[in-house]
Amino acid sequence: MRTRSAGRQGDRLFRGSATLAGTLILVTLAGVAAFLVYEALPAFVPEPGRAGTGLGLASYVWPLLYGTLVSSAIALLVGAPLGVGIALFISHFAPRRLSTVLGYVVDLLAAVPSIVYGLWGVTTFAPALVPVYAWLERHAGFVPLFAGPTSPTGRTILTAGLVLAVMILPVVTAITRDIFLQTPRLHEEAALALGATRWEMITYAVLPYARSGIVSASMLGLGRALGETMAVALLLSASGGVTLNLISTANPGTIAANIALQFPESTGIDTNVLVATGLVLFVVTFAVNLAARAIVNRRAEFSGAN
Amino acid sequence: MPALEQVGRNPQRQPPTSLVSRSLPRWAPLGALAAGALVAAAASAALGPTVAGFAIMTVVAGSLVLVGASAAVEGRRRATDRTASILVTGAFLLALAPLVSLLWTVVTRGLGRFDAEFFTFSMTGVAGAGGGAFHALVGTLVITALATVISVPIGLMTGVYLVEYGHGRLARAITFLVDVMTGIPSIVAGLFAVALFTLFLGPGVRLGIMGSVALSVLMIPLVVRSTEEMLKLVPNELREASYALGVPKWLTIVKVVLRTAVGGIATGVSLAIARVLGETAPLLLTTGLTSGTNWNPFEGRMASLPIFAWYQYVQPGIPIQPFIDRAWTAALVLILLVMAFNLLARLISRFFAPKAG
Repeated sequence: MRTRSAGRQGDRLFRGSATLAGTLILVTLAGVAAFLVYEALPAFVPEPGRAGTGLGLASYVWPLLYGTLVSSAIALLVGAPLGVGIALFISHFAPRRLSTVLGYVVDLLAAVPSIVYGLWGVTTFAPALVPVYAWLERHAGFVPLFAGPTSPTGRTILTAGLVLAVMILPVVTAITRDIFLQTPRLHEEAALALGATRWEMITYAVLPYARSGIVSASMLGLGRALGETMAVALLLSASGGVTLNLISTANPGTIAANIALQFPESTGIDTNVLVATGLVLFVVTFAVNLAARAIVNRRAEFSGAN
Repeated sequence: MPALEQVGRNPQRQPPTSLVSRSLPRWAPLGALAAGALVAAAASAALGPTVAGFAIMTVVAGSLVLVGASAAVEGRRRATDRTASILVTGAFLLALAPLVSLLWTVVTRGLGRFDAEFFTFSMTGVAGAGGGAFHALVGTLVITALATVISVPIGLMTGVYLVEYGHGRLARAITFLVDVMTGIPSIVAGLFAVALFTLFLGPGVRLGIMGSVALSVLMIPLVVRSTEEMLKLVPNELREASYALGVPKWLTIVKVVLRTAVGGIATGVSLAIARVLGETAPLLLTTGLTSGTNWNPFEGRMASLPIFAWYQYVQPGIPIQPFIDRAWTAALVLILLVMAFNLLARLISRFFAPKAG
């Protein structure tokens, strides 16, 4: 009798602490939102003589938000197809024995801290891109995107976007690779038995099965790119302003990089303004992640598994 | 197939009957690449040679030759197939290029100061050359360890709750929010820690523990996810057998379920550590930088490797070179640390992997 009640006591305690831990997560996230709003509030109240407060906040955030969206869009346009290609290579093209090793190699990209990407971008990647940009300016200068004049350092929003593309590769690749490998074996074999080439097998059996997975992986990569801070902070020479030009010396900043650059030296209302921009970033990434999860969940409902 | 071809009564008019369609020989890709190299050599002789230009032209010309030959001999479908293979393989090689370039840059530039002084000295009283990142190493390890101490119990218990107890609305809400938490940008996590501590300790405060709290926000969802996945893999028969022996539920979880899943959970935790170890943005906002060694996360600013690298690079003194060198070495050490934890994770998962059969 005594042992049983001890067991029940332990059960209650254990259950209680498990529930507590779960609830703590709810509280933490509510806390993140609440504290951010609380610290951002003063920025929404217009303060005379201080730009960036009240309605001015919108005109302060907009160029940063624009830069964030443009660099992330470049990252997505370059990184997502490349990531899907790599995943296909690992899952369906590489020799089977090599594929695990190649997976590790791509995971190595994820192991590199973002500040190291920034250092590499400044010293190696950006200078290497300068001749490419000069070429683009000469031959495609009529497109507003490449109007130039070319930045002599190469530290442009396009470079930032390309580095972000490299950084989201492992995310996109890891998720899509898993889904490609889950494609029902029978579908693939049926396609091959009907005389399909390998590429036809992939377009008829693998890609339709993985379509929503590819979309959600890209969205998660986009979320990662939106919030990426240090690489962009080191790499991008931002001068503010909204411009279509991707290769010139005038580049919009990004929200995250701007916070990292300004926050350590900021005081008073400036801090509140920066927190407010952080809140905007939080809302945007939240929306992107939400969309990605919604797509994943819809897939879970329709897939035959479980 | 000459024998088969001669069977037809009028070989001039009828296409040769063959059981296999015509295809390029197995050495075709290599041959095409060689042809491409010839074209590229001719082109670079005319345009001015560069190594990168030669490599790119070789691949492009070789691919065109291969696809063209394939279209002529094997037909459109096979040519499409070959094009796809080239593109997919090219995507992989293209991704390798930045990785190799990055590792090369970091290793060659970082090795210069990869010496004993770097690991044993702090920056106290160092103005130019010399000095080290001992204080930053200490800071990184203390902050990360503290973040692990905060995250693992919460993450582990939440995982247990979600798999073993929670079925209702609360569990669904937690699952959803853990997903959301995974996507929180690291800088926002840093802002959260700042806002939290500012509220209690006033503005401008910088502590090691603030960094740990910020990192925990990033780490908890990772631990929850991996715990959840691992606990779901534990067969129900084990739980039922334990209940049948009269073991209470909590002891079943502690002694049976968690014991079975411990390898996977440890793997997940080391991957989570590796993930937050290189985080820079939240620490930049929360812990600041010092030049001396500080072991106490509850008092005063605390250096860390990424922040050390950041300030050495963006705010160098004069002469500039020693600062840049230290930044690169810090980056190299950081990569090595992160890779060590990734390796540890793989070793743990291999060591604890269920034996086949």
